[in-house]
Amino acid sequence: MALLRPSLPPGDRFGLLAEFPTPAALYHACEGVRDAGFTRWDAHAPFPVHGLDRAMGLRPTRLPWISLALALAGGAAGMGLQGWVSTIAYPLNISGKPFFSWPAFVPITFELAVLGGAAGAVFGMFALNQLPTLWHPLFGSQRFERASDDGFFISIESWDPKFDASATAELLRGLGATNVETVAC
Amino acid sequence: MAEHAIAPPALHPDVFRLPAAHPWTRLPLIGSALAVTGLGASLALGLGNRPQLWHSWLVASLFVLSLALGGLFFVLTQHATSAGWSGAVRRIAENAMATLPFVALLFAPLLLGMGELFHWSHADAVASDPLLAHKRAYLNVPFFVARTVLYFASWCGLALWFGRLSRRQDRSGEHELSRRMRRASAPALILFAITVTFASFDWLMSLNPHWYSTIFGVYFFAGCLVGIFAFMSLVAIAQGRAGLLVEVVTVEHRHQIGQLLFAFVAFWAYIAFSQYFLIWYGNIPEETGFFAERLSGSWRPASVALAVGHFVVPFFFLLPRAVKRSSAALAAGALWLLAMHLLDLYWLVMPNLHHGGMAPHLLDFTTLLGAGGLFLAAYGWSSRRQALVPLGDPRLSESLTFEVI
Repeated sequence: MALLRPSLPPGDRFGLLAEFPTPAALYHACEGVRDAGFTRWDAHAPFPVHGLDRAMGLRPTRLPWISLALALAGGAAGMGLQGWVSTIAYPLNISGKPFFSWPAFVPITFELAVLGGAAGAVFGMFALNQLPTLWHPLFGSQRFERASDDGFFISIESWDPKFDASATAELLRGLGATNVETVAC
Repeated sequence: MAEHAIAPPALHPDVFRLPAAHPWTRLPLIGSALAVTGLGASLALGLGNRPQLWHSWLVASLFVLSLALGGLFFVLTQHATSAGWSGAVRRIAENAMATLPFVALLFAPLLLGMGELFHWSHADAVASDPLLAHKRAYLNVPFFVARTVLYFASWCGLALWFGRLSRRQDRSGEHELSRRMRRASAPALILFAITVTFASFDWLMSLNPHWYSTIFGVYFFAGCLVGIFAFMSLVAIAQGRAGLLVEVVTVEHRHQIGQLLFAFVAFWAYIAFSQYFLIWYGNIPEETGFFAERLSGSWRPASVALAVGHFVVPFFFLLPRAVKRSSAALAAGALWLLAMHLLDLYWLVMPNLHHGGMAPHLLDFTTLLGAGGLFLAAYGWSSRRQALVPLGDPRLSESLTFEVI
């Protein structure tokens, strides 16, 4: 059930959760974690922090390509369906126009391209974010509730190749974490 | 967002002004020289071929008018929506709209050329044509001239009023001025919509007085918007290259203008196709004549070039985020679209003169040089008399730290 449960590290330990006092502290800590070479980790804040994607070293998202592919597929389906119906399946003479009167098919083609592009953007975003996730180990942390209010967090997962329970906790404290805790799976 | 907003960069006030010895201060001089040369050469060349002269003159005048009107519309929308992002680039549009009184001068000689431009202005033509006789209450010379005066009076009035209040705010920083401009902007937009619609009916649609299309005003408006966003992209990039507002107008502002350019490329195509689609489907001769003319002879490749070059190519070119964030790529797209916008106006006007096919003429070039020179001169004059950004706008600091999410 990948859509309902996030992919989790094996074993009973999810990883470490570090809290930071301000968005600026979170931003600089992300730069530190990025530069230390971690790959399986995330940052949590109650609102979008400008530039955090760069501080975390995130690759550009693949979402535009999903959206574009579905938009083109939607458009092709719209034009193809109308073309097939009007020329092969059920050709009708409409005011003497050719059977394949493509301008007449443009509105539906356009609408289906928009539908495909929008659906690709929304559901592609869901899939890339592994949503809907109804449960996550981080929910086990009392402190983490503040991530939707006034808390700024970094979580590093235990299956990161660089992960080492004590050294990583030390690194996070060195980056300005006010609290570091272990989160169970 | 204010809680974690990055403080605006500490900038010296001189950064916001055109330095006294900057090359751009010579724009009024260079532009005037181009205008005199271009318009003078046009008159010298064209007095023996007046139909060509006035048609070319009309295309060139409409081209610069569309940029000025696009600038006016942009300024009005920014006030109407209390936009925070646009402070750093709003003066580009304000300078463009400040050219309106000068652009009006280009239309004065056209009134002398009405006989060559407008078939319906001849009494004998009206007498022998029941359709023109039917439209005489609207399409007659005195009413046409009065309407044109009214359009330019409205546009110049709006441009002067909003420009003056913005400059007054530069000095006083009064927040109340922003509120006054916001309150005035919505009725101003209604006036703008009505005047631009009827101006396009009068100066473009009535070139072929039998033909009508109710969406035509929106079509012209869409072209204006493509024009101004292409122009704003180019100026924003050129300013940076010329060492102006380097830390003020950032990649984020250029990206945002690029998004608007992209949006209005799609909007133009939507309107252009809507117009074509209904006429093609209805297939009634008094409507199809417009497209029949533009799909015959060498006008056909021009129509195809317009569909491909004004929509398909720029749509896919401007689609990726990286293109809108690259100065060189955005400048190339904007330059291309300005050329396509010019082709669009040429395609609207010239088939009424050259029925058989495209016939480029030296006058097309000289009138464009003259009108473009006049526009540049007026733009340069306006950018010299005021700061390069609206200094007193209370939302300027928001614009300086703007980021596209």
